[in-house]
Amino acid sequence: MTLNIDIKEEQRKAQETISQQGLRVLVCAGTGCVANGSLKVIERFKELGADVSTLTEHDKMTIVPTGCHGFCEQGVLVIIPDKHVTYVKVKETDVEEIYESHVKNNQPVERLLYTDPLSGQHVHKNEEINFYAKQTRTALANCGKINAECLEEAIAVRGYEALANVIAAGNPDAVIDEIEKSGLRGRGGGGFPTGRKWRFTAANKGGKSYVVCNGDEGDPGAFMDRSIMEGDPHKLIEGMAIAAYAIGADEGYIYVRAEYPLAIKRLRKAIADAEAKNYLGKNIMGSDFSFDLHIKEGAGAFVCGEETALIASIEGERGMPRPKPPFPANKGLFGRPTLINNVETLANVPVIMLNGADWFAQMGTETSKGTKTFALTGDVNNTGLIEVPMGTTLREIVFDIGGGMRDGKKFKAVQIGGPSGGCLTEEHLDIPMDYDNLIKAGAMVGSGGLVVMSDKTCIVEVARFFMNFTQNESCGKCVPCREGTKNMLAILQKIVDGNGTMEDLDTLEELAKNVKEGSLCGLGKTAPNPVLSTLKYFRDEYIAHIKDKKCPAGVCSKMTSYVIDPEKCKGCSKCARNCPVEAISGEIKSPFTINQDKCIKCGACIDNCPFKAIERK
Amino acid sequence: MSETVNSKVDFQTMEEILKSFDYKKSYLIAMLQKVQAIYKYLPEEAMTYIGEHVDGLSPATVFGVATFYAQFSLEPKGKYEIKVCDGTACHVRGSLPVLNAIKEKIKLEEGKFTTKDGLFTLEIVSCLGACGLAPVVVINEKVYPQMTPDAITIILDTLMKEEQ
Ligand SMILES: Cc1cc2nc3c(=O)[nH]c(=O)nc-3n(C[C@H](O)[C@H](O)[C@H](O)COP(=O)(O)O)c2cc1C
Ligand code: FES
Repeated sequence: MTLNIDIKEEQRKAQETISQQGLRVLVCAGTGCVANGSLKVIERFKELGADVSTLTEHDKMTIVPTGCHGFCEQGVLVIIPDKHVTYVKVKETDVEEIYESHVKNNQPVERLLYTDPLSGQHVHKNEEINFYAKQTRTALANCGKINAECLEEAIAVRGYEALANVIAAGNPDAVIDEIEKSGLRGRGGGGFPTGRKWRFTAANKGGKSYVVCNGDEGDPGAFMDRSIMEGDPHKLIEGMAIAAYAIGADEGYIYVRAEYPLAIKRLRKAIADAEAKNYLGKNIMGSDFSFDLHIKEGAGAFVCGEETALIASIEGERGMPRPKPPFPANKGLFGRPTLINNVETLANVPVIMLNGADWFAQMGTETSKGTKTFALTGDVNNTGLIEVPMGTTLREIVFDIGGGMRDGKKFKAVQIGGPSGGCLTEEHLDIPMDYDNLIKAGAMVGSGGLVVMSDKTCIVEVARFFMNFTQNESCGKCVPCREGTKNMLAILQKIVDGNGTMEDLDTLEELAKNVKEGSLCGLGKTAPNPVLSTLKYFRDEYIAHIKDKKCPAGVCSKMTSYVIDPEKCKGCSKCARNCPVEAISGEIKSPFTINQDKCIKCGACIDNCPFKAIERK
Repeated sequence: MSETVNSKVDFQTMEEILKSFDYKKSYLIAMLQKVQAIYKYLPEEAMTYIGEHVDGLSPATVFGVATFYAQFSLEPKGKYEIKVCDGTACHVRGSLPVLNAIKEKIKLEEGKFTTKDGLFTLEIVSCLGACGLAPVVVINEKVYPQMTPDAITIILDTLMKEEQ
């Protein structure tokens, strides 16, 4: 089919506009950097650059507010690609120096360069920052590189080219073949083969069908989907349009959690811009293919990430899961055939269509192709958003990309897959991470939240934390999940409070089995995973809580006490002044003591003691 | 942020909201979000109004939906909405001491979410998507990264002084 838009020509024009912008200064304007003040940094740059009279052709500069670069903890990030430099922790007050010294006089500002946590050296070239060097970015390829609110910038990096090709070729089945051949599997947690899901849905072609994007990202501690929606919304939109073309749908919804206001704003703008250019809407690019896209805001319920609950929520109802079958592919939104895919899954689609299934399939492992994004958080030096080929080992992620453990703490475990996932330990550091290996190890890829924990993290408390989460979020429809999680939580609470018995561990395992088998949806079916995997790998720690009434990590407050070492205490009284409950007393210049009956174990004294004289036992 | 909390539901506003969503019941959640944006909570009369004026809904279904989703509040919220993230990333980096410091500072009674003077509402949320900056606190949409008990106490002190 011939189209009335020449996308290659649009691309050429967009690239030309950008080439005339002079030096591009990228400033991250993702949620994390905005919190650290990036909007002020952008304003300040604009003020300086606005005075065109001082600029020559040579130092003409364009400030590009981008989506998340992934390196959130080092924010505000300022990147000047032409000079291969990344500035970290930039403040409004640093902008002038960067401008005067580097933009105008080509002298890098040493003090704002990233310092490698291992070598302690400043890193001059982006390519040498380990955090980035070891990544392979496809879904995130443009995040942090383009102005997410500008359609033209998306076009310049081949946005909507795949869609144009697909419509021009006029063969929806060939699209499904290509996706199937690529080996792409769902990134929302389950890992279901995407091509196969498309084929099932396409089999019901004929009447009205829908494409739904799952942007609920409920895993607490994960923000990959947020970054894609904020940083490269057009890629997601294009992926959805291609999916719609392939399965014969003409309407779609993106379901975004309410906690992501910036993602909602950017998606709305992107949809409006794409409609205005006829990349979306009626008769796209002059073809007979139409696709209308809407946004639905969630309202704060984890279970709505489950696909049938999400459909109920879009319909305006309580987000409770529905029994399957019928599967959404047969009877989904408003009773019609519905394709539901995760944000990252859909963001991979245009890339696969542009580069080919073979290109995609050469990355990854035998059963898991392509790359996966992870939100790397917890006790590592470099926290942030990463994308690596499937099959990368935990060791590479934690110690190379993550820059190792922070504050010299000792590695203990990684929690992966959130409330449905499990813990991996030192023995798993070298297994290639993919869907199947992780399931074997008792965890799962899940959405990709990856929380690194040190010897200062109490594993039992973490299990209690996740159980508390799932218990709160259980929608209450089925009894095993509603009551089972409540009972499991009560036992875990008893253990961290120091009142557990050895029989409790058996009961926990028994309950876990029942909840797993008896629950209606994935929430309940996977809720016991964090408990089971920690019981498997850290049983000793449970036993220490039960038998010795000790929390080895020194976290569980009912089992820890704060003690002042009289040898080290100089009697400065700082602890007593900072104690919120007046539990510390003593005479100036002689050792102070803590009244254990009054102490609420808040830790304020430890944080404030200049002589490290207080210990948590 | 607007200072006026309209406590009286005015039916013209309600009518406009329903109209903007074509009186379609699939937009119920969006309607409730609009109502909450205006009144800062969901007044009972507003929910009844929607239940009675949208085809296919009843006040009971509206109430059922409103109580299902954590975002909706059936009670008026304080002037400052403090959201403490207790997602995994924030939890392992110490969100609980921050939470306790806030409770202590605003003198929140056990079992309550809003302070007596109506100034602060405290909520615990699971992940705001800013996990790289853990632990995170949000006060009226402003994100405060890498909080400590001391830092949050200072922030609250400033807000309290402004109010005096
Ligand atoms: C309790 C629960 C929560 C879920 N949360 C999400 C989520 O936040 N995002 C997501 O994409 N999928 C989530 N899923 C998986 C979805 O049900 C569904 O499998 C997925 O969106 C399909 O897309 P994919 O094949 O592209 O992964 C969740 C599942 C369960 C059981
Ligand atoms: S866990 Fe707190 S922002 Fe994600």
